[in-house]
Amino acid sequence: MSALRVSDLHYRYGSKVALNGVSFSIDEGQFCALLGPNGAGKSTLFSLLTGLLAARQGGIAIAGHDIRTQPRAALARMGVVFQQTTLDLDLTVAQSLRYFAALHGLSGQTAAKRIDEALDRLGMRERASEKVRALNGGHRRRTEIARALLHRPAVMLLDEPTVGLDAPARAAITNHVHDLCDDTQMTVLWATHLTDEVRLTDELVILHKGEVLASDTAHRIAGDDPLQTAFLEMVGETA
Amino acid sequence: MIYFTALIAIIQREALRYIGQRERFVAALVRPLVWLLVFAAGFRAALGLSITPPYLTYITYEIYIIPGLCGMILLFNGMQSSLSLVYDREMGSMKVLLTAPLPRWWLLFCKLVAGAIISILQCYTFLLIARIYGIRMPTIGYVTAFPALLVGGLMLGALGLALSSFVKQLENFAGVMNFVIFPMFFLSSALYPLWKMAEAGRLLHDICAVNPFTQAVELVRFALYAQFNLPALGWSLLATGAFLALAIWGYDPARGMIRKKG
Repeated sequence: MSALRVSDLHYRYGSKVALNGVSFSIDEGQFCALLGPNGAGKSTLFSLLTGLLAARQGGIAIAGHDIRTQPRAALARMGVVFQQTTLDLDLTVAQSLRYFAALHGLSGQTAAKRIDEALDRLGMRERASEKVRALNGGHRRRTEIARALLHRPAVMLLDEPTVGLDAPARAAITNHVHDLCDDTQMTVLWATHLTDEVRLTDELVILHKGEVLASDTAHRIAGDDPLQTAFLEMVGETA
Repeated sequence: MIYFTALIAIIQREALRYIGQRERFVAALVRPLVWLLVFAAGFRAALGLSITPPYLTYITYEIYIIPGLCGMILLFNGMQSSLSLVYDREMGSMKVLLTAPLPRWWLLFCKLVAGAIISILQCYTFLLIARIYGIRMPTIGYVTAFPALLVGGLMLGALGLALSSFVKQLENFAGVMNFVIFPMFFLSSALYPLWKMAEAGRLLHDICAVNPFTQAVELVRFALYAQFNLPALGWSLLATGAFLALAIWGYDPARGMIRKKG
């Protein structure tokens, strides 16, 4: 069964077409990179996947739940890391996580246990009582990933989660999420415009100007070339 | 149960954020206190007040203006929280809230309750300072005022929420001041009784009478004397319902108000 299925999705802002018939699906436990240059429609796709926008045409199913007809079931199975930071600067890491856990119906001992687990996983346990304001960009991101894990989602969506991070933090976050996918059989959709975040064994969807140019494993799409070359050729050809 | 867990968490978050911004707390108190200690004191001589319900004796202008200033706290906070919503939306915490697996109307309602509770805390701080200054309400009035302040807080919060979903340029606080806060506040019974307005002009009186802010202020005014004002409650609830419906409609994903091009 596909953990995430997008079929014939269309979206437009007024007369500007943002997504034009986007279809792809990700199998359970796979890491899928959504690669596209800026303006490709990645963020619009994320808004549709998370139900913040509603498409007039096309369908989205998360773990078998249609986002339009069963939004709550779909959202309950989904963990999201948005592109912009979504943390309250004046709250501590633990307070931020407790707030989110409660939004997903987790409280008391269960919430405390899950928060410890998630923070351990991301190496953030010792920072639990620090205010978000005091954290650097990389640690803020880790906090958001830990937060998205609390309700043990089946599908994790990350919209350019490494934007604004330095190279070591970027590599660390990318590795963390790949490991998560390997260890927990969680399905991941990772949007990026940087080819070095994609491993050749990952599934890859290339999005450009609102259309899917390729959807396969990264090494098949890349062929004998480095992925960067193949990617630039693809978006260059149609530009 | 998850509904209740979420409500408590949303209130807690609002309270924690509030405690984190102490200057906001002080600023929110300074405004009504300046009106009370400076404007009202100076204005006392200029305005004669006759005995109208809920007052049983002649009252000073400072006493008259107290409910209006409670209303001012609710009004400013309602608008400020709508501004912070627009800011929140940019920062993304609204996205986090709206992607929780709960009905959207409930999430928005929880947000309003949280905002109203913070406003009420400010109102009580203000009432306490006024009491120390010598402006006393009947003791029971401080209790009966709570539900009235809650209704008023929800109504003005819902208005702010509706505005935040429709007005894109809400970052501009001056615009909100000119087009929402000033007309609502000055065209109400907050500063002058309605009969005084009627002397100035019938139309002015009628505008003031239909202003939902007037109804909220009158509701609080009567509640502070442990009296129940049914028309004021009815109008306030009706306005709350209307503003809330507008806000929920405004945040409907199909309308695409939360848009982010990418």
